[in-house]
Amino acid sequence: MSPRLRAQSAVTALAGRASEASTVASELTTAAGTVWRRSLKVRVVSSTVALSSTVVLVLGMVLQAQLAQRLIENKTQAALLQADNSRVLVESELGAVDPTSASLAGRLTTAIDRLTNPDPTGTGPATASAGAYEPVLVDGGGPSGEAGTGQKIGPLDDVPAVLQSAVERGALAHKITTVHRGTAAVTMLVVGMPVASAGRTMQLYLLFPLTAEQRTLTLVQSTLVVGGVVLLILIAGIASLVTRQVVVPIRQAAEVAERFADGHLDERMPVVGEDDIARLGTSFNEMAASIQRQIRQLEEFGELQRGFTSDVSHELRTPLTTVRVAADLLYDSRDKLHPVLHRPTELLVRELDRFEALLADLLEISRVDAGVAELQIDTVDVRTTVARAVASVRAVADRAGSPLELEQPADEVHAEIDSRRVERIVRNLLTNALDHGEGCPVQMTVAADAHAVAVLVRDHGVGLQPGQQDLVFNRFWRGDPSRDRRTGGTGLGLSISLEDARLHGGWLQAWGAPGQGSAFRLTLPRSHGDELTSSPLPLGPDDVSRTSLLPDPAATDPMVAEPDGVNPEAADRVVAYREVPDPAVADPGVADTAVPAEPGRP
Amino acid sequence: MSRPNGGTVTDSATIMGMAARVLVVEDDPAAAEMLAIALRQAGFETAVVSEGPKAMPAMRELKPDLVLLDLMLPGMSGIDVCRAIRAESGVPIVMLTAKSDTVDVVLGLESGADDYMIKPPKTQELVARLRARLRRTDAEPAEQLTIGDLTIDVPGHQVSRDGTPIALTPLEFDLLVALARKPRQVFTREVLLEQVWGYRHAADTRLVNVHVQRLRSKIERDPEHPEVVLTVRGVGYKANTP
Repeated sequence: MSPRLRAQSAVTALAGRASEASTVASELTTAAGTVWRRSLKVRVVSSTVALSSTVVLVLGMVLQAQLAQRLIENKTQAALLQADNSRVLVESELGAVDPTSASLAGRLTTAIDRLTNPDPTGTGPATASAGAYEPVLVDGGGPSGEAGTGQKIGPLDDVPAVLQSAVERGALAHKITTVHRGTAAVTMLVVGMPVASAGRTMQLYLLFPLTAEQRTLTLVQSTLVVGGVVLLILIAGIASLVTRQVVVPIRQAAEVAERFADGHLDERMPVVGEDDIARLGTSFNEMAASIQRQIRQLEEFGELQRGFTSDVSHELRTPLTTVRVAADLLYDSRDKLHPVLHRPTELLVRELDRFEALLADLLEISRVDAGVAELQIDTVDVRTTVARAVASVRAVADRAGSPLELEQPADEVHAEIDSRRVERIVRNLLTNALDHGEGCPVQMTVAADAHAVAVLVRDHGVGLQPGQQDLVFNRFWRGDPSRDRRTGGTGLGLSISLEDARLHGGWLQAWGAPGQGSAFRLTLPRSHGDELTSSPLPLGPDDVSRTSLLPDPAATDPMVAEPDGVNPEAADRVVAYREVPDPAVADPGVADTAVPAEPGRP
Repeated sequence: MSRPNGGTVTDSATIMGMAARVLVVEDDPAAAEMLAIALRQAGFETAVVSEGPKAMPAMRELKPDLVLLDLMLPGMSGIDVCRAIRAESGVPIVMLTAKSDTVDVVLGLESGADDYMIKPPKTQELVARLRARLRRTDAEPAEQLTIGDLTIDVPGHQVSRDGTPIALTPLEFDLLVALARKPRQVFTREVLLEQVWGYRHAADTRLVNVHVQRLRSKIERDPEHPEVVLTVRGVGYKANTP
């Protein structure tokens, strides 16, 4: 591997690791964000802790500053007192010194000694109040401008220059400074004052180390920090406990509300005491009771209505039996009737058929409404189901003069469906197409992909006006009430078909354009219970005006959602079927299984 | 089990030259009268019973060749009447019901009915179904069939396992024979409906399912794991080879 390559791969690896890390970080952030959003307790506790720590921090700092100031003040006072004493001592010691004497140095040393080693009588410098100190004595020179000898005893270097100049001007001054003793830095309070001796000005400096005060301050600081942390932990605990008191009942309320929403209408919140939570519980329970009452009422009404539809349909059947059998008898012996009665007899029998169909459809709708419609799922070849539906409308197609063209896969198309219902859907779509097909060919396409099977019924009749795609599935809806209807449909066929498709978890969609005809597409999952995502067939001709009714509320924009879902092979198939000129060629299977119109019926 | 309508006969409403007797059990007087008229017109002999409890005495007295039974009856439900009849006889029973819900239909079939029709029936179809239940081929050849470990004596209408006869209703017998005549061939429900029930076009395949279950409960050693009549998933049924 060339170095360049290696570098590249290293960079890539690094980038990979970095992106991994950033992924982990972003995941963590997301998780934390989720906890933050979801848990009221976490939010309350963390904001309490944050605010408390600010308060504790400020308080601690103020406390510490106050304490430090007080300590310094005390020390300064004691030091000044000490300095005064020392000055008296030094003055008495040096009072008799001859200014010019060469023994000045010796006298100074003696004075310092007196300062540092107080005499045994105990009247010496009080070390108790101001603590230990280091004295510095400087000979500042004579009063007549004579330069000082510069003699000094003690560490004058440690005395700040500012202080020295102030003292040289004859003032009593003090200052805090940091001096170096070996490697350690020591903070010291330096008090300086002029000392009057016989004709000479001398300066006395006392250096008080502030070590003890610093130690005190450090102790106080650590106490404050520990105390603050303990306080914060306690506050967090308390906040958590208090929040729990509020959050637990709220969570309980949420659980109860969820169960209620799931249909457990008997769920109620426990109400304890008279506090706000109890009020919440009471109001919730009142609301639940009211909702439950209304739902029960609606259910009763619905049940009553459905029961009524079902009862009416059933009760009508027995008298209808009499009428039916009588009409059949009349029809069978119509040769013996007066010729005037021939047509009425025919009409009687035909309209009885319609009446029965309407009754059956009403019953089916009432079953769907009652939610008792159930599927008889079986694995069947969808082509045979379609063939049966086609066979059952052959007679109608012949009367309408509309050729039926069927295009379907050569292989078996197995699917888990209720073949009775699917046959009914296809039959309804076909009769609908023949009804509105104006004698033009009606094309049927069956196609399947791995997950779904689709049946498309396309007519070239009047088509649908914009917006009618949704209306066609309405009960008793008629596109054009004045139009001649060949099949005498009940007006419930498409609504029942839509419900049947829904029972299968499938789609039934309509497309139509004025003058171009209409298309109805049934899409069913091949395995019962699967969710449909796409259809193997496109709904309308591939123009932009197509629209559809989707029973699936998730797919709100079929125009966008569907082109992606269309199987390209299936689309080819549609092009293919347009080239099929002869319905008999296109549909040998149906031709075989065609069943003649019922004999004895008009 | 004794065969109520002998062995021979016919495609019409007659058995051995005599009109077949149909007992109509229907509580609505107008419907009962009209059905009786239509059936007489088709060549049947009819008797009408309007209450459930009177059905059994009439059965014993009249020995009908077929019973047309309404499901909703005062006094005793059609289901109970059906069970009572089945307990004594294998006479073909065709139910007439106003309820087309699966539950009702299956319950009716399971109580022993051979076929059912939803009210209002088309007269021609009704007559065709009744005839299909009465239809017997003339002079059946001495035919002995074997499927699984069962022996079927076709003209004698006897099914036996290891010499022990098994009682089947005529319909169950017909169903078994239809399957047994072509072992290994898979029959779709539609084909069985046509061959056994005489339906000319596709009808309710639940009919087949229920009767296959009933047949299995009588002929299989373990109806849960059938060895004689096998289900071919997605297609239909077939008889196991001998």
